[in-house]
Amino acid sequence: MSNIDLVKAAEIAIDYAKQQGMHQAEAELHQGVGVSITARQQELETVEKHNDAQLVVSVYKDHKTGSASSADMSEAGIRSTVDAAMSIARFTGADDCLGLADAQLMATEHKDLDLYHPWHAQMNEMVDIALACEATALNADSRISNSEGASVSSYSGNAVYANSHGFLSEKKGSQHSLSCSVIGATDQGMQRDYWYDSNRNAAKLESPQAIGQRAAQRVLRRLDARQIDSTQASVMFDPMMAKSLIGHLVGAIKGGAIYKKASFMLDKVGESVLPEFVTIAENPHLLGGSGSATHDGEGVATPEYRALVDGGVLQSYVLGSYTARKLGLQSTANAGGVRNVSVSDTGHGYDELLSQMGTGLLVTELIGSGINMVTGDYSRGAAGFWVENGELQYPVEEITIAGNLNDMYRNIAAIGNDYDARGNTKCGSIVVENMTIAGR
Amino acid sequence: MNQEQLSVAQATLLEPTSLSNDNLNALMHKLSNVDGCDFADMYFQYSKHESWSLDEGVVKTGSFNIDQGVGLRSVLGEKTAFAYSEDLNFAAINTAADVVSAIGRQGQSVQPEQTFRPQKVSPLYTHLDPVAAMPDIEKVAILELADKLARARDSRVKEVMANLAAVYEVVLILTSDGRQIPDIRPLVRLNISVIVEQDGKRERGSMGGGGRHGLDYFSQDTIQHYADEAVRQALVSLEAVDSPAGTMEVVLGAGWPGILLHEAVGHGLEGDFNRKGTSAFSGRIGEKVASDQCTVVDDGTLANRRGSLSVDDEGNQPQDTVLIENGILKNYMQDEQNARLMNMGVTGNGRRESFAHLPMPRMTNTYMHNGKYEPEEIIKSVKNGIYAVNFGGGQVDITSGKFVFSSSEAYLIENGKVTRPVKGATLIGNGPQAMQTISMVGNDMSLDSGVGVCGKDGQSVPVGVGQPTLKMDSLTVGGVSL
Repeated sequence: MSNIDLVKAAEIAIDYAKQQGMHQAEAELHQGVGVSITARQQELETVEKHNDAQLVVSVYKDHKTGSASSADMSEAGIRSTVDAAMSIARFTGADDCLGLADAQLMATEHKDLDLYHPWHAQMNEMVDIALACEATALNADSRISNSEGASVSSYSGNAVYANSHGFLSEKKGSQHSLSCSVIGATDQGMQRDYWYDSNRNAAKLESPQAIGQRAAQRVLRRLDARQIDSTQASVMFDPMMAKSLIGHLVGAIKGGAIYKKASFMLDKVGESVLPEFVTIAENPHLLGGSGSATHDGEGVATPEYRALVDGGVLQSYVLGSYTARKLGLQSTANAGGVRNVSVSDTGHGYDELLSQMGTGLLVTELIGSGINMVTGDYSRGAAGFWVENGELQYPVEEITIAGNLNDMYRNIAAIGNDYDARGNTKCGSIVVENMTIAGR
Repeated sequence: MNQEQLSVAQATLLEPTSLSNDNLNALMHKLSNVDGCDFADMYFQYSKHESWSLDEGVVKTGSFNIDQGVGLRSVLGEKTAFAYSEDLNFAAINTAADVVSAIGRQGQSVQPEQTFRPQKVSPLYTHLDPVAAMPDIEKVAILELADKLARARDSRVKEVMANLAAVYEVVLILTSDGRQIPDIRPLVRLNISVIVEQDGKRERGSMGGGGRHGLDYFSQDTIQHYADEAVRQALVSLEAVDSPAGTMEVVLGAGWPGILLHEAVGHGLEGDFNRKGTSAFSGRIGEKVASDQCTVVDDGTLANRRGSLSVDDEGNQPQDTVLIENGILKNYMQDEQNARLMNMGVTGNGRRESFAHLPMPRMTNTYMHNGKYEPEEIIKSVKNGIYAVNFGGGQVDITSGKFVFSSSEAYLIENGKVTRPVKGATLIGNGPQAMQTISMVGNDMSLDSGVGVCGKDGQSVPVGVGQPTLKMDSLTVGGVSL
């Protein structure tokens, strides 16, 4: 396994760029090792070993920029990557807004956010975990007929970000996951579903048995799904699907979409875009969070907490230094995206939400990408369950749900406290009233 | 015939670190000297990627990337061991080979010393490096021209975004049966998208294309065509009314709407899913899975096409594989491992995103052959339905067979006439069932312009699609208006 001195490599890149007459430069480097194994039908199927390293350099001169990347971190390799970036910068056009983030915004505190827990398990132990996970799913019910397997993956590495303001930060991180995907069959056909967990600390992963059990349950309840007639109805998005609605909102308030006037959230800061009971915030300093960081991708200090939407009112866009300057605003420390998004709830559990909805559709899977980010028009393939009197009646498939995201956000009736906290967004189920379901 | 390719590949991938035939033999020996090993391979790859982006009339960003490395794989029945090295020095590759061989049990089989014999390959595309072949100033000029042409087309154009990308890959594949196969793969792509505004309403349109060419493929006429199309689509969208919701007759235009085939049948016919029995098409060879007007092929042998390959990533020759003939399922798309396990022939569909990824059966250019109808007759036959001519992405659940693809330009058909444009809507169906409802196939087959990217298990590869105009008697349209 290679072990490159990333700090030294970053310094070489920045020094060389300055020496070559660049006004500003920044470098992002990472290296890491990982393993992923899959067991299928109770046999080890694949073992993959990963060992990656990369350097990305951006240079700025006379408000022009160029960037280049490579895995070659020899001194000569670093220099030739910088040369490639400088060569690009000779031909790009000038834009006053280009450049590093302002020096006074750089993070000065680097507190430990508990992000690094390398997994020291032997390969055999990982194989045993995958086998146990899949065995639970396969043995859950006689209708579980086949499997796509159970996978364990583990990654740990370190990353450095440095720029010519003299900013340099090095951090270590890890991420581990366990997933299981099985197939059930009846004479009506096959259905597949899965479950997974991921965490920076392998000890905090759900047990292999719990994941296998959940994967099997999710398949079994989908068997013999049918199409329903087209109708107008309330739709409850389960927590995993609800996250995608939050994701579209975050995408629509990104500075890049805003300054290009390519977003349905254009000019909506200060306006009510969601019901009053909704607050959406990012929590960048969450201990052990998958999106946690003390600074963004440009070295700008992240806040401990920032509301994107407060009491239903859009508070600000999501900005890095370039898009902030384009809009005459200050960076919101979002170069590289938002971090640990949390969504408030209305105090209802999953069952309460179903009862409150009464009649409608519970969506547990969405497929396709039918979203127009300029207009907010939304139309996606869906599968789930028809609900009457607050109870699941039968599984549903081969339908679409459609509306406009502006209306869908305003028509949110309730948000559950049945959180899914895996990954970068923590959110419960969301009930949206009055959507069009297309079916038979 | 491919001497040039072989010398370039060796000079790029082996000579800089002085990898000798002895070194390669020792590595291959380590990979294949595992009890029960069916085959092993080493995939050396150098790739150079350059991309330039314009918005607000200025080429603001450009990026340049070089990657190289070797992927090492040993396959034992259904089992695969895999590792890779970004360092092409023998010692580093040898460490990765140790990792692979440690995964399997060491066996007794001893590989004879061999010289890897070059395999003849007929190149389907130029071996020139598109990144190096055009001066940077001309690349920037392509984007500036795109901006100028799109803005000149209509005063309602408020923003133009354009991206130009060029990739140059050099590949050398060494196999445990003693072959060495080179390939040099150029790939270029230009995308133009526009935002138009009228009476406070905004919409977008986009068009792009490319293939395995040099950047000189983007002539002024081609750029003009992309710019015109992007603007036209955006202006049509400004006028669009709500799309209907429900199951109805759907006519799909020729070309890019062939994404239907990619999703509804393509993925479900990949060998890995069928070997494992997880596809809605598993075990159905010889059965009728589409209407008898449907003949669908996957053809990796088309010159200069985005989805084409002179050799696949396992060193096998791509083919024009008939998947469905007159409605009957004929064949799956296979890579080496799945073909062996299913006792079928390889079809040259073994593909991988890079040396750091495992190969699997993937599509190349998937399209439907011509039928007998004039496109006008097909539209005339529809009383109430929609005519969809442009699409965004699609997705499929290969197990249940449910597929979706999302239209970005569609019209109502009323009493045999195309009337008003409707907003984009997602179409959903069940692959084997939906294909049975294809009642008319046109005579205007065309392939897409060369922008397709296919994702599977987290790996992206370039692909092509195509079809003639066709009618499906019954497909669910995900509009908002009941």
